[in-house]
Amino acid sequence: MKKFVVLVFVLVLLVSCQAKTPGAPQELKVMVHDSFAISEDVIADFEQENNAKVSFLASGDAGTALNKAILAKDNPLADVFYGVDNTFLSRALQEGIFEAYQSPLLEKIPDEFQLDPDNRALPVDYGDVCLNYDIAYFTDKGIMPPQTLEDLLKPEYKGLVVVQNPATSSPGLAFLLATIAHFGEDGYLDYWESLVANDLLVVNDWNTAYYTEFTRSGGTRPLVLSYASSPVAEVLFASEPVSEPPTGAVTGPGSCFRQVEYAGILKGTKQHDLAEKWIDFMLSPTFQEDVPLQMFVLPVNDEAKLDPTFSQFTAQPQEPAFLDPETISANREKWISAWTEAVIR
Amino acid sequence: MIASRTSQRSLLTLLLWVPALVFLGLFFLYPLSSILKVSLERAQGNFLAPFIEVIQSPSTRQVIGFTFYQALISTVLTLLLGLPVAYLMAHYAFRGKALIQALSGVPFVMPTLVVAAAFNALLGPRGWVNLGLMSVFDLAAPPIHFSNTLGAILLAHVFYNTTIVLRSVGDFWSHLDPRLVQSAQVLGANRWQAIRQVSLPLLMPVIASSALLVFLFDFTSFAVVLILGGPRFATMEVEIYNQTVSMFNLPLAAALAILQLFFTLIMTTGYSRLANRSSRPLSLRSHTVTQRPLASWRSRLWAGLLIAVLLLLMTAPLLALAARSITQFETVRGQAGSIFQGLTLDYYRELNHNPRQSLFYATPLTSIAISLGYASLTIVLALAIGLPAAWALASDSSSRLNRLLDPLLMLPLGASAVTLGLGFIIALDEPPLDLRTSVLLVPLAHTLVAFPFVVRSLVPAIRSIRPRLRQAASVLGASPLQVFRLVDLPLVGRALLVAGTFAFAISLGEFGATALIARPEYPTIPVAIYRLIGQPGAVFYGQAMALSTILMVVTAAGMLAIEHFRLPGMGDF
Repeated sequence: MKKFVVLVFVLVLLVSCQAKTPGAPQELKVMVHDSFAISEDVIADFEQENNAKVSFLASGDAGTALNKAILAKDNPLADVFYGVDNTFLSRALQEGIFEAYQSPLLEKIPDEFQLDPDNRALPVDYGDVCLNYDIAYFTDKGIMPPQTLEDLLKPEYKGLVVVQNPATSSPGLAFLLATIAHFGEDGYLDYWESLVANDLLVVNDWNTAYYTEFTRSGGTRPLVLSYASSPVAEVLFASEPVSEPPTGAVTGPGSCFRQVEYAGILKGTKQHDLAEKWIDFMLSPTFQEDVPLQMFVLPVNDEAKLDPTFSQFTAQPQEPAFLDPETISANREKWISAWTEAVIR
Repeated sequence: MIASRTSQRSLLTLLLWVPALVFLGLFFLYPLSSILKVSLERAQGNFLAPFIEVIQSPSTRQVIGFTFYQALISTVLTLLLGLPVAYLMAHYAFRGKALIQALSGVPFVMPTLVVAAAFNALLGPRGWVNLGLMSVFDLAAPPIHFSNTLGAILLAHVFYNTTIVLRSVGDFWSHLDPRLVQSAQVLGANRWQAIRQVSLPLLMPVIASSALLVFLFDFTSFAVVLILGGPRFATMEVEIYNQTVSMFNLPLAAALAILQLFFTLIMTTGYSRLANRSSRPLSLRSHTVTQRPLASWRSRLWAGLLIAVLLLLMTAPLLALAARSITQFETVRGQAGSIFQGLTLDYYRELNHNPRQSLFYATPLTSIAISLGYASLTIVLALAIGLPAAWALASDSSSRLNRLLDPLLMLPLGASAVTLGLGFIIALDEPPLDLRTSVLLVPLAHTLVAFPFVVRSLVPAIRSIRPRLRQAASVLGASPLQVFRLVDLPLVGRALLVAGTFAFAISLGEFGATALIARPEYPTIPVAIYRLIGQPGAVFYGQAMALSTILMVVTAAGMLAIEHFRLPGMGDF
């Protein structure tokens, strides 16, 4: 009886709270990693339509942001988390930070991206990690840029490649996973040892690789690990206007790794309805079409139209590599340690 | 009577410590112990297992060994450069000394991201040095390989920390009574013998304390090792980050963090003992007595040479960066190797432009305003908490409480940013202290970093106030508050300015902690640089260089202000 009274009281309170303030916008907190970006008018659309105020919490790189969400799961920092990728997905699901949500928009999204059968984590965007090459360098030397992972072992590419450390860099890990998917658990270390023999350079972070070692920034390596979409950025943000990208991507079968990014409603949210609306919004064409030029990744929704510059210049990898999140999660530490032993020491 | 006065005094000391203790307790010890507890609990009930893993695993043992090894070499190199320059600064009066002192302080507060870019602009594959060598000797490839070497780590550490030796040893040396050395020389010692047998023993405590401080900074080095050192090198701080973020092995990260804190505590305890000994004046003399002009051509030559080396190391990378921010480099298609060079102010012009209409792409100019806002708050917080603590430390250096608490002040320097950042998340999550998403977190974190420096620069000034002045004022009828307002405050005012400027500069340059807690719509200058440098596109890189240059200029102005206002007395820094 007592419980019932309390329940009724709470319900009345809840209803009256919501009824009391129809005019004031509700606040939705969205936790994101520090590469997240969105256009001003796109977010304004959502806020107006739903009478909401969205505030974003950038929480460090993708790994750090996820760790924060996990450690705060008993008292969540936000209502929605965006930015866990398929290499971290299992960690998020095992720790149980998300509520399931069957968004109606999932129909528009190909099954290959829907890696969580329970729909706790919903796919938002994807991008391919590929080696980029400096077109001018290869034109000058009169050699063809490589097309496949095997090509990189050829003598003409000796001393030309710089990649990132999988222990410290997300594209670095993606590339390691591509080689594991392609050569298998028994073969990938041999491949890396041959790469080292072909004078591979490994650095810790994307900045150093792209802005120090890459020939286009003045380094000595015309092949750098980056994204399939990096050539687009080189056109859009060149210091002198250019009509064609100065870089290309190595896109042969299995040479790129596909990163899919997910969003989910954080367990314990008090803004359940609004959080669902936000997820729907992230999967809708409005948001999906904004994604390429803001974050240089591709929309998962089939109906989203790509910006013409983007679709013209982004590279299209053939058969990008894939490993399922559970395998990655179970082996990440082992693979990275083995790689470190073989390549660094 | 005497007993009650002593107890009154220790009560006062305790009261003065309260703000600092509350602050450190709430924003350092509590979050830190929370995250360490939660992390160790994930070790499935066996708290010792991660520690055993640390000791048994050859790779973590190697990391610990390397942490000490690189810190030791870096410290020795820093002393090798710092001590001769300190001697020079202490014994000779010459023009431009304040400027040199100020410039040597700029690197100390620059974010590593900028320093890495600066060294790259100087020594990288297309750095000015390699470009010069390539064109002079007609080389096809850059002859100097800088990044990913131990040399890069060491050079950057010397670059960062030489100013500590200059400031503490140089100041102390400049006040040593020259008559001691003169008497030794009269008694037949040559100059070297006099330095070795008279000055050095007197200087030993201050040399040791500054060496220890340098060692501590090298020991906890993170971004220098990660960015400039490359994958072959890892300090404990780097390993804590990797284990936390990449491996999510929180127990192991916690064990390493505890070990690092333990070593830090040993060092800060040693530092506070030594600093106390060296700041108890022997019979110190003013500059005017101890310094002479550079008279002979030999002394001028040596001085010129030393200062040239110092300035080359301290300013060449920063100048290279500034030059890079106004130079356009672009590989012209079809002519690899040859590069178009031209001067441009475009990158500065672009600074106020939001190319993608992104929400919270705060334009870099906005980020300057945001940084200034945070820095002002940091000054207020750091002074409000630091002044009472400095007063307690200064008034009674023999108090047991002081000796116990002093080493705690610097402990935050030994905590890894990622550990503490996660600690904030789990500890400060209940009202009234639900600060996890508050904009206040940034100035709070900056205060934590700036706090030890504020205290260290205030203590000597407060000590320099003669008790007799206060007594005279009291005898003449001034209330304690009036004594404070009319005697103490004017004397400490300059030191407050210096301490405040330190807090300001540290807040401007802090990156490690800020990156974890800054709200995206309020990025500081280093966070804005990090965002610019994290994406492909020549415009962004140019803008990052331009913004770094602006940060550098503002910091240098701050450092010059410190030199201008510094008491002619001594400071620990």
